[in-house]
Amino acid sequence: MRDYEAVIGLEVHVELKTASKIFCHSSTAFGGTQNTHVCPVCLGLPGTLPVLNRQVVEYGIKVALALNCEVARFCKFDRKHYFYPDLPKNYQISQYDLPLSYDGYLDYQTDDGRTHRCGIVRVHMEEDAGKLIHREGGKGSYALVDYNRTGVPLLEIVSAPDIRSAQAARAYLSELKTVIQYTGVSDCKMEEGSLRCDANVSVRPRGSDVLGTKTEIKNLNSFRAVEKALEFEIARQIEVCAAGGRVVPETRSWDEEKGITVSMRSKEEAHDYRYFPDPDLVPLVISPSWIERVRRELPELPAARRRRYQDEFGLSEYDARVLTAARETADYFEECVRQYPHPKVVANWVMGDLARLLNAAQVEIGECRVRPGGLAALLRLIDDGTISGKIAKGVLEEMFATGKEPQAVVAEKGLVQITDPKVLAPVVDRVLAANPGPVADYRQGKSKALGFLVGQVMKETRGKANPGLVNALLKEKLDQ
Amino acid sequence: MDLYYLPAHELHRLLVRREVSAVEICRAVFERIAAVEETVRSYLTLDRDGALARAAAVDRELRAGGELAPLAGIPFGIKDNICTRGLVTTCASKMLHNFVPPYDATVVERLNAQKAVLIGKTNMDEFAMGSSTEHSAYFATRNPWDPNRVPGGSSGGSAAAVAAGTAICALGSDTGGSIRQPAALCGVVGMKPTYGLVSRYGLVAFASSLDQIGPITRDFTDCALVLNAISGHDARDSTSAPGEAVDYTSFLVDDVRGLRIGLPREYLDSGLDEGVRQIVKEAAAVLEARGACLEEVTLPHTAYALPAYYLIAPAEASSNLARYDGVRYGYRMPDQDNVIDMTRATRRRGFGAEVKRRIMLGTYALSAGYYDAYYLKALRVRTLIRRDFEQAFEKFDLLLAPTTPEPAFPIGDKTEDPIKMYLSDVFTLAVNLAGLPAVSLPGGFLNGLPVGIQLIGKPFAEGTLLRAGYTFQQSTDHHRRRPPLGGGGVSR
Repeated sequence: MRDYEAVIGLEVHVELKTASKIFCHSSTAFGGTQNTHVCPVCLGLPGTLPVLNRQVVEYGIKVALALNCEVARFCKFDRKHYFYPDLPKNYQISQYDLPLSYDGYLDYQTDDGRTHRCGIVRVHMEEDAGKLIHREGGKGSYALVDYNRTGVPLLEIVSAPDIRSAQAARAYLSELKTVIQYTGVSDCKMEEGSLRCDANVSVRPRGSDVLGTKTEIKNLNSFRAVEKALEFEIARQIEVCAAGGRVVPETRSWDEEKGITVSMRSKEEAHDYRYFPDPDLVPLVISPSWIERVRRELPELPAARRRRYQDEFGLSEYDARVLTAARETADYFEECVRQYPHPKVVANWVMGDLARLLNAAQVEIGECRVRPGGLAALLRLIDDGTISGKIAKGVLEEMFATGKEPQAVVAEKGLVQITDPKVLAPVVDRVLAANPGPVADYRQGKSKALGFLVGQVMKETRGKANPGLVNALLKEKLDQ
Repeated sequence: MDLYYLPAHELHRLLVRREVSAVEICRAVFERIAAVEETVRSYLTLDRDGALARAAAVDRELRAGGELAPLAGIPFGIKDNICTRGLVTTCASKMLHNFVPPYDATVVERLNAQKAVLIGKTNMDEFAMGSSTEHSAYFATRNPWDPNRVPGGSSGGSAAAVAAGTAICALGSDTGGSIRQPAALCGVVGMKPTYGLVSRYGLVAFASSLDQIGPITRDFTDCALVLNAISGHDARDSTSAPGEAVDYTSFLVDDVRGLRIGLPREYLDSGLDEGVRQIVKEAAAVLEARGACLEEVTLPHTAYALPAYYLIAPAEASSNLARYDGVRYGYRMPDQDNVIDMTRATRRRGFGAEVKRRIMLGTYALSAGYYDAYYLKALRVRTLIRRDFEQAFEKFDLLLAPTTPEPAFPIGDKTEDPIKMYLSDVFTLAVNLAGLPAVSLPGGFLNGLPVGIQLIGKPFAEGTLLRAGYTFQQSTDHHRRRPPLGGGGVSR
């Protein structure tokens, strides 16, 4: 195994969340009753014509810039021909030799903390196909077609063959997803198919600069599948090569259940797509001012944000990575810090108690009922002594469940910290009277006993007593 | 004269003066259809009830004192590759024998907005591929001037209907001459507008970069009126030209003084009937006598137009016609084991021979390894042809040429030899490659058959074509002659 290295390139398709499809006014909403988000244009009825949705171009430029690509001043759409019932025109409108953008890169980190750079060959726009639904019945099996997805805008992002391991492929994909989510143009949900990935992989003797024969792996439906399928395929190819055999150029499909890749079709059977410029669409001219406007509107990207969290907030690299993994989390964190300027404290709460609650309830941070302002207010209540940190955890849970403000929760449940010595003195007296043993221990120099007594007072006050004040009062009485 | 032979602008005057009702006009046309349709066979579908209802609505509006649009109440034939909501649109193909579009083409919407009366869908060569209307999957249309001859094509049904009085005006589509050539052979006016002037939305595509819808009428006033109705920007067609609406009737002036007209040498030197050449020269003399300046001009790449066209048009067609697979609409070959067999069998049975020939030509031209040698080279030739015209138009306002090499040919004469058939369009298809406007108008007669002359203009210079054509028709009466059609029988 060590004598070989893998060469991997990924082709990623991302569905853009524009309101309408790329060439017509039909809705792009996911799901929906079959064949209801359709119109004569996306059904390819005779006589209909495509009209480009400019929002798709805008989103495409956004992603291209986020991936450090050159945006073409002039690009065009081409027809890619193949007969398949999920493709109403039996050609797909895509971009062939003049794509929207090209020559970019993406930096990503593997689990060992090393940073890698992967080239982006091109980012282009195209229309999605429909979905076949296979059924059994009547004279045998048959298929139904749902055209709701037909014409949903896609970006195809083609990486250079710069990735060297299955783990790195996963890390690249993960960073790519984060970057695209930051641009806000796609949900990037692999389970809903809004992010799809095909992998090209070959192996070669380590140190060689010649590319081996590649295979293409399809049907990768999760990050885990990408990693597992590549692991399998790399091992398979190395085995073939080590035994003196030759890798066959082919398209293979990942079988999730069996954990293997299986041959789908050889490259000799590959389609001749007969690309040619779509005469129904005019070439697209993108002005420099359009590109610059999109560049100005580009949000801060995850890499920059991670750096800033370390430099400006003094967070660890790990914390910065966790907080920026999703744009919503980072936005939440920063809004909270704006209202409560103690980044480390906020980071601990967001990554700790809040993350735990979100996980347990399977809620996205965007839908969380504790808004950043609420969390900031809660943290201020700790600082001003209204509640203890321990009480605050319970308050957060209540806020999470009910959406109430922390002040309201504290007031309703009577959780305000007891900071009045006149109120606490009788409790202290009671505890001292009830615990002669520990009192004697303390007076004999066993300072540990103080902790026990503090605990007893806290118990009596159901945690509401100000721990510092309790400490002071006890010491005062015991040292008399 | 009979109502069905009057041009639209005269019918409009009669309607406004209440001398005739829209229903009377509509009935007159349907009576004419009853008398001669068996001979001419222009229509694939007739909508008598719908037409009479639309005509009645025009009369109601007139009685209520409403202003009538110029085409209100005018009976129209629409080529059967233009989508009409609720009315079967077959493209004269078995493949679409049952296709009822759920929408109207933009041009149909615009005619409807004027309350024009759609009376039926006209015959054509299947998917507009042909020059004689013999390639219709249903039946051949006959030339009203001689029912043993073809009306031309592919808009043969539309041209024959206007000539025979079974429609007042009609719409055709022109990819390589499909409006002008049948207009020439039937003795009517047929205009192919500049590419982009008329929306293609709802026109079933043959070759998208060449297709253009246009009017077929009896004279230039009607041509201008129909152009007024159907032209103008349409957001549903990305290739539709932007720009303000133009009133084309403002160009109908009887004056060509100072107009510089070029006679392309390549169109008159060879490959055409001597009688046709003579008629073009006579037409040139008429225009010269009215004050135009005529001079010879050269279009050096003319010889390459036909081969380039027969790569580009089939290439686009092979792509445009890929959607007919029996899955969603139209003909489906039943009882197939799987979807691949079904698609194959459907296309084998659903398409006619000429359509399949062009799909194969185009598929070949776009295939890996042949693309550069055929398709790409054809695109380069297209650029050269466009440049020929650009250079000619530096010196001239218009070009005058024959529309076809010969008058209408006998039915069956060219069906066995595709190249012979393709040569019928040798004078028209360069105009499509260059995207220019051109019009065919009656220029004279040979042995009782009409001969068309063609005026070619600069991009968006339809006005100049109208001005020259109108002036020519003020000085001639070829367009006033009617075919010797009784209601009688035809020798077969």
